[in-house]
Amino acid sequence: MQRSPTRDFVVGLFVLVGLAAVAYLSLSIGGVSYNGPKGFLLSCKFDETGGLKSRSPVVISGVKVGEVASIDLSDDYRARVTLTLDPVLKLPIDTTASIVTSGLLGDRYVSLQPGGDPQLLKPGDEIEFVESAVILERMLGKLIHNTDVGNGNAKSGQ
Amino acid sequence: MVTLVADLGWAGLRFVEELGRMARFTAGIGSATVRRPIRIGRFVDELFKLGVLSLIIICLCGTAVGAVLGLQGYNTLVRFGAADSLGAVVGLALIRELGPVLTALLVTGRAGSATTAEIGTMVVTEQLDGLRMMSVDPVHYVVTPKALAMIAVMPLLSALFILFGIFGGYLIGVRVMGLDPGIYLTSLQDAVDFPNDVAGSLLKAAVFGVLVGLIATYRGYTTAPTSAGVSAATTSTVVIASVSILLFDYVVTALWGV
Amino acid sequence: MTAADDAHLAFDGVRMAFGDRRVFDRLSFSFPAARISVILGGSGSGKSTALRLIGGLIQPSAGRIVVDGEDITRLSERQMYRVRAKLGMLFQGGALLDSMTVFENLAFPLRERTTLRRAEIADRVHETLTAVGLRDADALLPSQLSGGMIKRAALARAIVTRPLILLCDEPFSGLDPISARRIEALLVEINRRFHITVVVVSHDISSTMRMASKVLVLLPDGAVEGTPAELQASTDPRVASFLNPDLDAAALREVGHVEVQPGPAQGASAW
Repeated sequence: MQRSPTRDFVVGLFVLVGLAAVAYLSLSIGGVSYNGPKGFLLSCKFDETGGLKSRSPVVISGVKVGEVASIDLSDDYRARVTLTLDPVLKLPIDTTASIVTSGLLGDRYVSLQPGGDPQLLKPGDEIEFVESAVILERMLGKLIHNTDVGNGNAKSGQ
Repeated sequence: MVTLVADLGWAGLRFVEELGRMARFTAGIGSATVRRPIRIGRFVDELFKLGVLSLIIICLCGTAVGAVLGLQGYNTLVRFGAADSLGAVVGLALIRELGPVLTALLVTGRAGSATTAEIGTMVVTEQLDGLRMMSVDPVHYVVTPKALAMIAVMPLLSALFILFGIFGGYLIGVRVMGLDPGIYLTSLQDAVDFPNDVAGSLLKAAVFGVLVGLIATYRGYTTAPTSAGVSAATTSTVVIASVSILLFDYVVTALWGV
Repeated sequence: MTAADDAHLAFDGVRMAFGDRRVFDRLSFSFPAARISVILGGSGSGKSTALRLIGGLIQPSAGRIVVDGEDITRLSERQMYRVRAKLGMLFQGGALLDSMTVFENLAFPLRERTTLRRAEIADRVHETLTAVGLRDADALLPSQLSGGMIKRAALARAIVTRPLILLCDEPFSGLDPISARRIEALLVEINRRFHITVVVVSHDISSTMRMASKVLVLLPDGAVEGTPAELQASTDPRVASFLNPDLDAAALREVGHVEVQPGPAQGASAW
């Protein structure tokens, strides 16, 4: 009804609370962090990414330390995956990057196993040791093929 | 048979005419937004009427919807041994769809209809003509602050609805069903990312704010100057806004790729 | 009669129609400055329409309208704002902004349209409220006012900017005889003290004859213009039957005009 300082205060409070809700959703839950130049960038080349997406998590021993920044095709037709990581990490140059699946049918993510070399990776370096993603269908296909060949040999070996 | 077709034709033409009028009305609001004097006081008044007074409804319904999602989600997920993903399910459903859409529908019912009734009554009692005779543009003084406040308020209320919903899901999942609270929150954080989910959600809320703001003020402004006119206008606001929200939900979802 | 270009307030050949309904055709008249003029007519005769045309709220299908010597017929809404600075309008229902107090309602046009300072605005508002006898009501909301008080407050708002021309749409409707007389006295006082041109739309004949310098009678088939004395002495049967409701019903029906009694019923239907 009447305009009053109390009312203005209440409105201000409402706007603050609302913006805080938006901020919480965006930052805490949505995870607008690990972004841009503050992250520590490394790249690696895989033969197969198996459905890895950008913003997929990068994990060391099960703990999230960063995410996939981008994936593009390198000149030799391999997948160049750029990782953005927590700047406090110290990773040896013989660190391995593997693309793993969470669960049997879950999302792909990148798991890093730090090596033992005293020399450390610098920002912009490439991780040399990689294990590409395992594609379930190919594995099954190989298994079936091997079984058939085994049966075939067994038959022909009569 | 022929008259049916003719009637449809006329209805179609009138609909297009109406869209044209609404477009001009919207343009009027647009130009009024940048024209001085900037009516901060009126804008704040409307933020109060549309936003603050909708808080209770939003918080209550948000918690309730979140709790239902928690309940339904848990019962289904537990069959696949995936109850740990409850946080993700509740959060994504709320953020992507239920938050913006339900908030918009609730706000339409409460604040949208109130806006239409208020403006409509001003038409009937000649207050808008009174403003014109005092050389004050009613669109600038009455309509624009209301429309702008609606656009500003919607994303804020939607975010609050979502948070209360996540809390409601938490109450069910953790307190009642015994899930681990850390897992609830972590599965939520892992599943949700800003560009796809949260940004899309806020964008939807803003779009709905524009829709409801325009429809509610337009219907009020064009009320027939009779007492029956006001109730007819209010009803049509709720109906048209609700349908538009759901239609545009599809459009934004498809375009944004959420 | 045609309106000269330097007339104060005039219509020249104005035609107004709403869809198929023709309200008036080739209406011409002129009202003198700083005097009270009344537009008389029965319900639906178009008198409120005439007032809205003067205020520029609607535009005629044909003809010219002159306000303070300026042709306003084809002006845009934005251009009309300038013209309206010279006008004040008392609406039939008051049309006060219902979320503001009486004081704020009166201060509103001053804040919006003038550069007066706060103290000056307060002074002007209180002075105007005192003139209409509402000094003590300045903190009340419109919903807390009686019908007569609403009219007086709306009247005060219409003159608070000291306009050149005051337009009143049925100022006596819905009022008891005492309140109506009070409004009439106020209008006469305002006209005398501030030299404001007053145009009143009414269907009350007796008050019209008392206060008007010029009267325009809107009849179904035309309009008649004149001073009260001229109209009283008129030999035109339409005018005579309009001014004398005591004529028998048959004569009235013959002219095609039905007299409407002023009173609460009339006021209610106006809403």
